[in-house]
Amino acid sequence: MTDTFWGAARRRLLANPGARLSLGIIVALVALAVIGPWLNPNGAETLDWSHVATDPSMAHAHWFGTDRLGRDLFVRTLRGARVSMIVGLVASAVSVSLGLIYGAVAGYVGGRTDDVMMRIIEILGGLPLIFFVIFLTVVFGRNEYLLFVSIGAVGWLTLARIVRGQALSIRRQEYIEAAIASGAGTARIIYKHVLPNVIGPVIVYATLAVPQIILLESFLSFLGLGIREPRASLGTLIAAGAGEMEAAPWILIAPGVFLTLLLMCLNIFGDGLRDAFDAGGRR
Amino acid sequence: MLRYFLKRLGGAIPTLFIIVTLSFLLVRIAPGGPFDEEKSLPPEILANLERAYGLDQPLWVQYASYLRSLLHGDFGPSFRYKDFTVTELIRQGLPVTAEIGAAALVLALGFGILIGVIAALRQHRAADRAAMTLAVAGIAVPSFVVLPLLGLVFGIYVHWLPVAGWEPGSIRHLILPVIALTLPPLAYVARLTRGSLIEVLQRPFIRTAFSKGLPLRTVVVRHALRPALLPVAGYLAPAVASIMTGSLVVESIAGLPGIGRYLVQGALNRDYTLVLGMVILYSVVLIGMGLVVDLLYAWLDPRVRFER
Repeated sequence: MTDTFWGAARRRLLANPGARLSLGIIVALVALAVIGPWLNPNGAETLDWSHVATDPSMAHAHWFGTDRLGRDLFVRTLRGARVSMIVGLVASAVSVSLGLIYGAVAGYVGGRTDDVMMRIIEILGGLPLIFFVIFLTVVFGRNEYLLFVSIGAVGWLTLARIVRGQALSIRRQEYIEAAIASGAGTARIIYKHVLPNVIGPVIVYATLAVPQIILLESFLSFLGLGIREPRASLGTLIAAGAGEMEAAPWILIAPGVFLTLLLMCLNIFGDGLRDAFDAGGRR
Repeated sequence: MLRYFLKRLGGAIPTLFIIVTLSFLLVRIAPGGPFDEEKSLPPEILANLERAYGLDQPLWVQYASYLRSLLHGDFGPSFRYKDFTVTELIRQGLPVTAEIGAAALVLALGFGILIGVIAALRQHRAADRAAMTLAVAGIAVPSFVVLPLLGLVFGIYVHWLPVAGWEPGSIRHLILPVIALTLPPLAYVARLTRGSLIEVLQRPFIRTAFSKGLPLRTVVVRHALRPALLPVAGYLAPAVASIMTGSLVVESIAGLPGIGRYLVQGALNRDYTLVLGMVILYSVVLIGMGLVVDLLYAWLDPRVRFER
């Protein structure tokens, strides 16, 4: 049963040309971000004073050109992409685990606990969370670890709702009754039986959360509230590029295109994944 | 209907109260005071400053007086913009932000619904595919990439519109920022409308309408659109949130003197009262929008009114 469920989902996913193409591009972009900087002789923070803000050319090994300080944009874009991707993954992991545990507990325990926990979600859902993230960066200073946590803390509400709904229905299944009868505790049942059974929607949601979180991180970094110099993320690079647009548009274009391509492909792939699971998910 | 509305309003007030309390406490327990500078101030001056801003009072006294002044629409003095109160800054910036925000919301809804309807009626045809591909792009491409690129093309290459800047009453300066703000919610609305209209068009009452011999246009406009717009109404509050978020970067890039830019500046300068006031203001707008959505729901779907 599980084999055919996963197999069918994979078949549907691979039958979707948009999702297939996006997956290919995502893999290529990740590979480029991981190994790319080694392909180019320039360092990320080396200042090449003979090539300041030069345009892209194969002749002088600055394939994407250089910025105002003569730093190579090919290397900097890929390094920045690496930072953005790591933030995206870590913060998504934070967000998914939070939502998963919260939703599973609320849905499985039920009753008054559920009421209170869902009321909290409702209140948090009414808040302008992005402003709270900005607020947190003001209050606690611009700490990069805090950035992971606060970005992750924004996205878990939806997932908690989804998981709770699933857990509510799982609670009434016979195998849960069997587990209770054999003496398993609540924590063990949630961990062993509830969590594994909500994994389908969680995967879909996590895939769609990654681009949102990368976008959020770039957004904060763009405003100067995220990753700081000399480290760069795609957001800080785009901010630098936007300031130099008139004289040197390539400073904006290299990170801008990378970010756009990454976000689009992640979104298309996530949509494809959702469609693939949706058709099989209705049991 | 009135009872329903009062019930929702009753739910919104405690939420707002919690937000105010939480944000206030966060500011006060934060490590470091608002007057921490690179060069530390002499203790006497610091004590004077704290007395001037009431920071030497016990926490609950500060909280009570902040709440009291909030009820009078007073957000307190700005810590960085000397001689300005937060309320004055908001009064200066709000008209600009509200103007571009409202324009973006109206455009996003209008064009989004139009494109969504066209795509739904031409499902799986070229127009639909083109619209939905563009919608994915619209959702994925961030406004802080779109706006500089628009500026590059329309401002620098063809010189049609100013790249940035602001003049009172000048529409030309607002065109590019509004476009950048509009695109993401527009794309989302188009997708939502398409999806739900396709679903609604398969329901039995639509078949009935067609079998009465009504033309497609009448069926869509009179019968299908209202139920199909329910998810769009639900998206209204997130749309406003997305536009408000977008206006932070858009105002910074385009150099518009709106409240978004004040918030960003306040955050960079660690101007506590300014950021606190902005967060509360944004919360009020969002919660108010939530109430509007509740009313719209009740109008679009009469069942909602009688729930519980």
